[in-house]
Amino acid sequence: MAKVKGDIVIDIEKCKGCGVCIPACPNDVIALSKNVNGKGYNYAETVNEECIGCANCAIVCPDGVITVYRKKIE
Amino acid sequence: MAEITKEDIRKPENLIYKKTDLLTDKPLSYCPGCGHGTAHRIVMEVLEEMDIQDKTIGIAPVGCSVLAYEFMNIDMQQAAHGRAPALATAVKRLNPDKFVFTYQGDGDLAAIGTAETIHACNRGENIVIIFINNGIYGMTGGQMAPTTLPGMKSSTSPYGRDVHMMGNPLKMTELVAQLPGTIYVTRQAVHTPANVRKTKKAIRKAFENQKLNKGLSFVEIVSNCNSGWKMNPVQANEWMVENMFPFYPLGDIKVND
Ligand SMILES: Cc1ncc(C[n+]2csc(CCOP(=O)(O)OP(=O)(O)O)c2C)c(N)n1
Ligand code: SF4
Ligand code: SF4
Ligand code: SF4
Ligand SMILES: [Mg+2]
Repeated sequence: MAKVKGDIVIDIEKCKGCGVCIPACPNDVIALSKNVNGKGYNYAETVNEECIGCANCAIVCPDGVITVYRKKIE
Repeated sequence: MAEITKEDIRKPENLIYKKTDLLTDKPLSYCPGCGHGTAHRIVMEVLEEMDIQDKTIGIAPVGCSVLAYEFMNIDMQQAAHGRAPALATAVKRLNPDKFVFTYQGDGDLAAIGTAETIHACNRGENIVIIFINNGIYGMTGGQMAPTTLPGMKSSTSPYGRDVHMMGNPLKMTELVAQLPGTIYVTRQAVHTPANVRKTKKAIRKAFENQKLNKGLSFVEIVSNCNSGWKMNPVQANEWMVENMFPFYPLGDIKVND
């Protein structure tokens, strides 16, 4: 069993759908939505539960719209 | 064991990363995927980690980052095109207890501001220069810059830069490394998590040098210009690795400790 569990929160109204976060994720957690935000961008969303909270996505997001959480599991 | 829910994970005590408050909440004016945003953020993270945000004055350039003062939540000035190192010289000499940095594109730093850059570096002004090199004039529509690669297409070199007619690209970073006033000269990038971490360390070192009055630190960040290069952001990052990095290799060029 995984020792940590992570989760991210994407500010979808500020996301520009650039996709730069997608190749940065080791577990393919992120993909671009088929839906668009108020600015017309296909925003990023999570597509599985495999997040480990490594923050790679948030670190490369040019617009700083990703917040990352990580919890240890005993 | 009970199933862990998203609510269990999304708690303040589990917070790993969020945008620093040293960036304002204004949406960045940059194109999707543009490295300017990442570069802004890590400069602000370094100031926050050193707790020098109240003692720092930034100088914004002319170029896409002309509005950097709207996003960087610190004291800033905005210089005439290319003149940021001259303005930074004045600001630092009048306020020697402040940390002073410029943030400049390649058109700003390596074309119209070449003289200011070289002389500030040669004088060894005790400032930090952050140089965003995307090989093009992004703001004005993707014209050829001194930094444009041989053969690279731009709106003013639509068949690719012909070095016989248009001259050779200028490697400003190698050039300023030759000058006695520079203490630390490095070239980095911000397209992957590992590169962002390295660049942040380099920026930290640059500001630590200023704290010790060591001279001028120069940090180039090779970056993308998706709009000017006419690619999507992910392709532009790949193109940058394949084409920009061989010509502008990453790593430290001068480290005088
Ligand atoms: C004195 C003067 N000359 C020319 C311009 C037009 N101009 C505005 S931005 C720019 C080039 C910006 O390129 P760069 O510094 O590489 O910044 P980028 O937009 O690529 O980040 C030019 C030539 C100007 N604003 N002022
Ligand atoms: S924190 Fe890491 S694992 Fe989670 S989505 Fe971001 S890159 Fe993927
Ligand atoms: S890197 Fe940021 S702005 Fe780009 S798609 Fe991902 S979350 Fe959105
Ligand atoms: S034009 Fe180029 S440098 Fe300017 S914001 Fe767009 S991608 Fe960035
Ligand atoms: Mg440029």
